[in-house]
Amino acid sequence: MTGEKRLTNSTTGGPVFVDVKDGKIVRIVPMDLREEDAASWEIEARGQTFSPPRKATITPVTAAQKSLIYSPKRLLYPMKRVDFDPDGERNCENRGISGYERISWEEALDIVSKEMIRIKREHGPAAILSTASSHHLWGNVGYRFSTLFRFMNLAGFTYADHNPDSWEGWHWGGMHTWGFSWRLGNPPQYDLLEDGLKHTETIIFWSSDPEVNNGIYSAFESTPRRFWLKELGVKMIFIDPYFNHSAGLFADKWFSPRLGTDAALAAGIAYVWITEGLYDKEYVETRTQGFEQWKAYILGGEDGIPKTPEWAANETRIPAREIKALAREWGTTRTTLAAGGLGGWGGACRSATGNEWSRFMICLAAMQGLGKPGRNIWSTTQGAPCDETFYFPGYAEGGIACDTGNSAAGYEFANRMFANARPSSNPINSPSGQHIPRLRIPEAILEGQLEWRGKGFCGSAIEAQFQKYEYPAPGYPRIQMYYRYGGSFIGTMTETNRYVKMYQTDKLPFAVNQSIWFEGEAQFADIILPACTNFERWDISEFANCSGYIPHTYSQCNHRIISLQAKCIEPLGESKSDYEIFAELSKRLGLWEAFTDGGKTELDWVKQVFHATDLPKGITWEEFLEKGYYVVPNKPKGSPSTPAMQWFAEGRKKDTPDWGPMPHDQVAMEGLQTTSGKIEFESSSLKRFDPNDAERSPVAKYVQSWEGHHSPSYNRFPLQVVSPHPRFSFHTMGDLKGSWLNEIRDHRVLKEDGHRYWIIRINTQDAAARGIKQHDLVKVFNDRGEVIMAAQITERIPSGTVHSYESCADYQALGKPGESPDRAGCINLLTPKRFMTKNSYGMASNSCLVQIEKWEE
Amino acid sequence: MKKVNLIIDVARCHDCNNCFISCKDEHWDNDHSPIAVSQPRHGHRWMDILNIERGKYPLQDVCYLPKPCMHCEDAPCIQASGDGAVYRREDGIVIIDPEKAAGREDLAASCPYGAIYWNEEKKLPQKCTMCAHLLDQGWEQPRCSHSCATGAMEFVLLEDAEMQQRVEAEGLEHFHPEYKTRPRVWYKNLFRFTKCHIAGSVAIDYGLECAVGAKVTITHQKSGEVWTTLANNYGNFKLDGFEKKSGKYRIDVELNGITKSCVFELTESINLGVIHL
Repeated sequence: MTGEKRLTNSTTGGPVFVDVKDGKIVRIVPMDLREEDAASWEIEARGQTFSPPRKATITPVTAAQKSLIYSPKRLLYPMKRVDFDPDGERNCENRGISGYERISWEEALDIVSKEMIRIKREHGPAAILSTASSHHLWGNVGYRFSTLFRFMNLAGFTYADHNPDSWEGWHWGGMHTWGFSWRLGNPPQYDLLEDGLKHTETIIFWSSDPEVNNGIYSAFESTPRRFWLKELGVKMIFIDPYFNHSAGLFADKWFSPRLGTDAALAAGIAYVWITEGLYDKEYVETRTQGFEQWKAYILGGEDGIPKTPEWAANETRIPAREIKALAREWGTTRTTLAAGGLGGWGGACRSATGNEWSRFMICLAAMQGLGKPGRNIWSTTQGAPCDETFYFPGYAEGGIACDTGNSAAGYEFANRMFANARPSSNPINSPSGQHIPRLRIPEAILEGQLEWRGKGFCGSAIEAQFQKYEYPAPGYPRIQMYYRYGGSFIGTMTETNRYVKMYQTDKLPFAVNQSIWFEGEAQFADIILPACTNFERWDISEFANCSGYIPHTYSQCNHRIISLQAKCIEPLGESKSDYEIFAELSKRLGLWEAFTDGGKTELDWVKQVFHATDLPKGITWEEFLEKGYYVVPNKPKGSPSTPAMQWFAEGRKKDTPDWGPMPHDQVAMEGLQTTSGKIEFESSSLKRFDPNDAERSPVAKYVQSWEGHHSPSYNRFPLQVVSPHPRFSFHTMGDLKGSWLNEIRDHRVLKEDGHRYWIIRINTQDAAARGIKQHDLVKVFNDRGEVIMAAQITERIPSGTVHSYESCADYQALGKPGESPDRAGCINLLTPKRFMTKNSYGMASNSCLVQIEKWEE
Repeated sequence: MKKVNLIIDVARCHDCNNCFISCKDEHWDNDHSPIAVSQPRHGHRWMDILNIERGKYPLQDVCYLPKPCMHCEDAPCIQASGDGAVYRREDGIVIIDPEKAAGREDLAASCPYGAIYWNEEKKLPQKCTMCAHLLDQGWEQPRCSHSCATGAMEFVLLEDAEMQQRVEAEGLEHFHPEYKTRPRVWYKNLFRFTKCHIAGSVAIDYGLECAVGAKVTITHQKSGEVWTTLANNYGNFKLDGFEKKSGKYRIDVELNGITKSCVFELTESINLGVIHL
């Protein structure tokens, strides 16, 4: 169009074309591929040929990017809290109350750098705490593992490690059943699309909503696959407390187990298989270990309670006859278990019983010959044909930092990126340095003392999660400054009034927030540094490629699309890119040469990344800069298909391109990572670590939730909350801040007071019993706090369970912050901070009891 | 002359809202005169997504109906405008002229589908333009169908006779045909939104087993019309496409010679619960 220029960029929800005119973004559209781009794959199955549409899909959050870039909540200049004086009174107790004044970049950078130097000289570099939100914007150069780590590793800091919030049960549980530590216990998915299209008769989506969670980052790439499977007559069964959106489109049958009882349902299924002989005895005999012990538990030999369908019905509230019918259908058809939405993950794994659910999923799949044609754990989201030999890194491979201790850079990328130079790492940010789990930042600040096991994502070995840590680490200082990137934790962590209270104390003398929008935690900082979006700076990335603990994640996509992320517009207001901000700070800290590697711009880094990948094999830098994207050609037609775990089922050497198991974990390059090399119904790693741990015993068992229908507080708080990852926000990106997504009827409800309220979904009967009508404002509460939301009355959830997505972007206290109701909608104010089990340091946000009543101000 | 048509399959829509958001992306803060001027940041739903839940737990279902301007052949807004403030292009697209229609709040009220929105700031009625400004520049389809990821929305340029063939072959319908405005927007599987279902479960052995294959017969008491189905392996059955408030029906359930029947009034989708044989 006249005067418009078409550029490229990418997001957590897909790559896009960006039409720009007169320095403004006109539109952001999904990419259509051209004739000249690499051919699409074709799969022949059941007499048909399947090939994907020649386009890239995007999520609604990506579609709404323009409203987020031009958001009324954008931070356009640096700010200082009005009553904060670094050389005088700091008035820390007024954080979140006293308000801000505009200051110059000069002043802001001077204050921050002076404080950093003072703290380093008085306490040492480890007294500076930093971490980013779960997701940052998309791009290998600008990502938190890249720009943030490069700066922080040079300046010195204590990192608040992220817990694997989407993987918990697989990480702390599943890993002990079958290894895959390099995938945090999640299943590999290679070539399972072809396998599924050819062989699968039934798919059981268990805690899995691929139409909402999009695998991860892959938008609606897998949607056509589910339609194809459906049209082939594959039966689709959904097990989820909520009648989720994938179920709405595809379910032939839906089960809603009472929250936290999924493992009881699984035990009831195993009971039917064992008593009716509906399982693969030969596979269990040769490919697994410890089945007899597990069988004894299932049949009641151990605790005197046979895990009959009737027993399971009592726990789950699913009729015993339907549990039997499900077991028989599963046990007599070639069934693929879509456990979680990615192949692994799933809300059921983020609960007090998450370990046991994940372990039961692997045990059940093993009983049905996991890895044989059409029988696998596969969520339909990964496993499309692709060429894994064409190297392009994911964001978790470290970008311009290539921190080999805290990213997957050491696997390959660091050598390519810094062949003749040094990557950036820091001994404090290593297992022998100092750490804080982000779930315990408030305790670290307020109580000053912590002990736990496992540093962040524990993927190096099965045993890594057993490692003990303490804060302060021996000889290291306590935290004096928090350099926070983004503001999400009140919306995304657990029992999050803790995070509010943490800010309102002089035990935290200095808080900086570098953020794009004024929301969430940003309102508690002393100094706010305005960052810009990835549409306002240069970057480079591949569609849905995070890599790291999800090797070859791009197999979610129908085409491997690598994009130049063009600087489409100048940064709004006085905002700057993260790289620019850190470069400016580096000048004041005497680190500029080191940080910028002698003056490199972001585009220089993009070019360096380009040349460190296989891109030059397919396109020149000049062409890439001009065209903006490259589609990686597929493997030659007729290349062998290597479905995940088929090698294992057939007792062969691994033939997939997976990163593990490492040779030292195998014997003669054979078997899984477990000690036995087999799937372990009785886990050898747990047996060695703590055989008497009743919450995570060597044999997977149904353990009653410590916050569920058996809890004493169930009388006062009789509603169980399921709080899945959100549909119309990616973590907190997309929610509020003037985004168009707020107008979506299933996201927020606009009330007469002009405020858009977060939704809680409640069954018709539960609503009627409380006099609640559609879209009434309600107070959702327990002893941890109160949240005001709008009620959506529905039959999509049974009585006794309520549904509210997590990840509200803002926090709006009606009174004193931390002690009054929040009307932004942070359900996580109410979720328990308690770890999943005494030895599993993950979040159990889906084990949460509340009461709801009509809200009247 | 080929004309525009939009075919929406409600059975493939799961409310992702890509169409609703992409429409805003195209029209907020962009001036596409003379086709349209900028839409406000919030408040307008040029592509509105209606939703419905039918039946009762655990056999309920859901349906979403994306509803843009219907670009009617007999458009009430054109009639109401009188002076050409609203006009139809040769390709069938109905356009509100942003200059001539200034101040005409009455036009927003003229649409029986509620598809025209009042822009308070600009004092202007506004609606879906089928992205005519893009089509005129060579785009193959409007932003809504372009961003649809589930195949729920298909934009086609066809002669009216060709379109009529598709309508008949695929059973396409108009939403609210009683408005008699002859829309250019067509719906597939519309019964999922407008009609109701009869569902239930059948059990045997004192409720301990599902009544697999039980024969279910539904009889409309007044007309005597009969529908049959078999309970599936979970003992569940669902028959769809009934008129709401269509009076009394009898259900007969039979397995291995054991029968049960009852009469019920159908007002909206119903879950008859567990029928024990």
